[in-house]
Amino acid sequence: MRQILKEYTYTPATIQRGYSGKSLYLNVSDLRMEEKVVTEFMKEKFIGGKGFDLWYLWQAVTPETRWDSPENEIVMSVGPLGGITQYSGTGKTLVCAISPMTGIPIDSNAGGYFGPLLKFSGWDALELQGKTEKELVIFIDGNKGLIQFCDAEGLPEDSHLLAEELTRNYAESEEDQVNVSVVSSGSAARNILYGMLNFSFYDPRRKVVRFKQAARGGLGTIMLDKGIKALVVRYKGIKGNTNNPADVATLNRIGVKYHKEMHDLDEKQNGMRKIGTANTILVMNQYDLLPTRNFQTGGDPAAVNISPKVFIEQYLTQGIHDGCWYGCTMSCAKTADHFRLLTGPYAGACVTVDGPEYECVAGLGSNLGIFDPRAILEENFYCDTYGVDLISFATTVAFIMECYQRGQISREQMGGLDLAFGNSDAVLELLHQMARGEGFGPIAGLGIRRLKKLFAEQFGSDPALLQDIGMENKGLEYSEYCHKESLAQQGGFALTNKGPQHDEAWLIFMDMVNNQIPTFEDKAYALYYYPMFRTWFGLCGLCKLPWNDIVPADNYKTETPAKVPEHVQNYVDIFNAVTGKSIDKEELILQSERVYQFQRVFNIRMGKGLREHDYAPYRSLGPVSREEYLSRQELYDRQLREKQGLDPASMSLDEKIATTRAYREQQFELLMDAVYKRRGWTENGVPKPEHLREIGMDLPMLLEVIEPHL
Amino acid sequence: MKILVHKQELCTGCRACEVACSTAYFKTPDRNKSAIRIINNDNSFHARKCTQCGECIDMCTAHAIYRDKNGVVRIDKKLCVGCLGCVGYCSELVMFYDDDLTEPFKCIACNICVKACPENALEVLVSKAG
Repeated sequence: MRQILKEYTYTPATIQRGYSGKSLYLNVSDLRMEEKVVTEFMKEKFIGGKGFDLWYLWQAVTPETRWDSPENEIVMSVGPLGGITQYSGTGKTLVCAISPMTGIPIDSNAGGYFGPLLKFSGWDALELQGKTEKELVIFIDGNKGLIQFCDAEGLPEDSHLLAEELTRNYAESEEDQVNVSVVSSGSAARNILYGMLNFSFYDPRRKVVRFKQAARGGLGTIMLDKGIKALVVRYKGIKGNTNNPADVATLNRIGVKYHKEMHDLDEKQNGMRKIGTANTILVMNQYDLLPTRNFQTGGDPAAVNISPKVFIEQYLTQGIHDGCWYGCTMSCAKTADHFRLLTGPYAGACVTVDGPEYECVAGLGSNLGIFDPRAILEENFYCDTYGVDLISFATTVAFIMECYQRGQISREQMGGLDLAFGNSDAVLELLHQMARGEGFGPIAGLGIRRLKKLFAEQFGSDPALLQDIGMENKGLEYSEYCHKESLAQQGGFALTNKGPQHDEAWLIFMDMVNNQIPTFEDKAYALYYYPMFRTWFGLCGLCKLPWNDIVPADNYKTETPAKVPEHVQNYVDIFNAVTGKSIDKEELILQSERVYQFQRVFNIRMGKGLREHDYAPYRSLGPVSREEYLSRQELYDRQLREKQGLDPASMSLDEKIATTRAYREQQFELLMDAVYKRRGWTENGVPKPEHLREIGMDLPMLLEVIEPHL
Repeated sequence: MKILVHKQELCTGCRACEVACSTAYFKTPDRNKSAIRIINNDNSFHARKCTQCGECIDMCTAHAIYRDKNGVVRIDKKLCVGCLGCVGYCSELVMFYDDDLTEPFKCIACNICVKACPENALEVLVSKAG
């Protein structure tokens, strides 16, 4: 057992209708623990999960707080529905902090068992504040009512070893390992800004510790900067009624209905149980949406080499449960078992690789010009164990590769690494450099926004070109969709609170594949409704995939198939069944909007969150280069004719590119206007006081922040 | 492998099996708590009860379902988390649950209903397979 530096005991609160009513505050500077009461005001206005996180974070920081200030907090909460077992996707922990990438609140969500076990240990939320030189492991035992600050000395750095050791150490027997969950990062997170957090769960079939990630925005970097090596929670006794719901019969009925739907329809629809989110690779390729070589194009014939079939037949274990929380019959957390590593400090070892998920295959694969499934899995493993946000990593490396391709940086400036598109050996070496804190690794670990400045200032690169091809907004890297032709997704990325991550408004499929939001007004409405609807999952501790990665057989007959009305009603019913409240689908959106607007004002408070921060790099909106235009010349020429009434035959290529650009940038401005209006914002993107009053969020603290901007 | 077999031609639909099952396991004559359910289909009776196919074993999200040494598929109540995934996933619709209980339940070919059946319409067969 580890040396205990400080220990507290507490009486675990009983869960009532999804809430323990208590939150836990830990300060690592002075090893202090405090219990806080979760008030009715918090439950009413913020619901839980990300809502609670943002509420506590607001109290903790000032506009001057930076990511590495001691007062910056990592806050995590699972929400009132988190931890129920009857419905799929109910174990999500929401994590917030002031991000090193953006300087504003990041919110990131992870599966794994930590959040539910934390709540059942008596805590609706956990705040981590302060900083310490002596690295710590924090242990919470929810059965014994025990909190320990322990010395972390001698522990391994990387998550696959660290979490395995801590799980074994803190479990009371081999069988007890399922009752332990660890939050950790890895060696690279010490040297880069987009370090992530791994949330573990023990897989008793494979007898390995597995992970899901709170990946975006540098949460792992912050946790290690605070001196926290790992968090460990242990709680034994999960049942379908541990959350003490108001109406377990409704929960059971809806849960069974949903499980039956998965059983009957998954194979006919998305095959989530076979391949998980990577099922869409070939569809994305077919529709020109698969980001390829830094989003220059939307696909490549070689994508067939990284198709779902290849992963299913050659790598992924089939036929057993792969959920990241109990009761998830969607079971999309696939693994490649017995995978032999070829590079890095663990070369030769046989490991379990969690994934690959869609973002991994698209990001570490096609967007880097890599179409080798084995290399993608090796990159995936090292990103995970080193604590690297693979989306920021992939998009940053794609940017560097294009800079190299276009002669903006040289091989020497990259420390000799030949980061050409398709060179997976160089990508893996870059990852190992990040882990070792050597060479070009820590530089690439700064992320695109800082690299644009650095390349322009130190290497003489063309700042205008870097601005166009650097796929970041608000400082966060874009996730992996080539969305130039989807105006809705352009807004879905850039008009977000935390930065361009698809979880807020994943509209690309309904816009480009299913053609469900064809008009300008449809798109503007979608950029109101879906961010609000999707925010709600983060308030309650839910995963979004079970909402629309399977749909009822008769969903297409409904008035709004894109919303999946029966599943929306499931969520309304589950919320009421747990909490005893009686919301309807309109109140559900209102619950979200209160937190959404709160987060927007929080951004303004931290110096972002205005119109000027919502612009997208042009690569997001249209073809930057001649090659890009030529790759879809027929389409772009047709658009010039049909949308602008021009004759492309009489125009030079550069004229066509410039005219297309002007038109698309204007369309984006119009979209911003329409969306801002829908969201109750001024033209400058500031929530209007009257709108805040309308939704019951005219809190003095918010009005004070927006007042100077009105 | 042990498996409960229902002889449709002998069954009169008296439901003595349901009463015996729920009384034995849950101390109440409540068919909603019986692991065998007699279905009346135009006065022809058939029984819904587990075929011991084991489809639920691998899909169990808590690793709580297993096949015992007699080939009978059983639920370890200590490990079960009451997610009811197995109920939705049972192709035969013979994994049951009740809102009074924290775990689902199923036929384990225990013979109690066989003894209770006045028409000898039930039998536990033991096959070498499995």
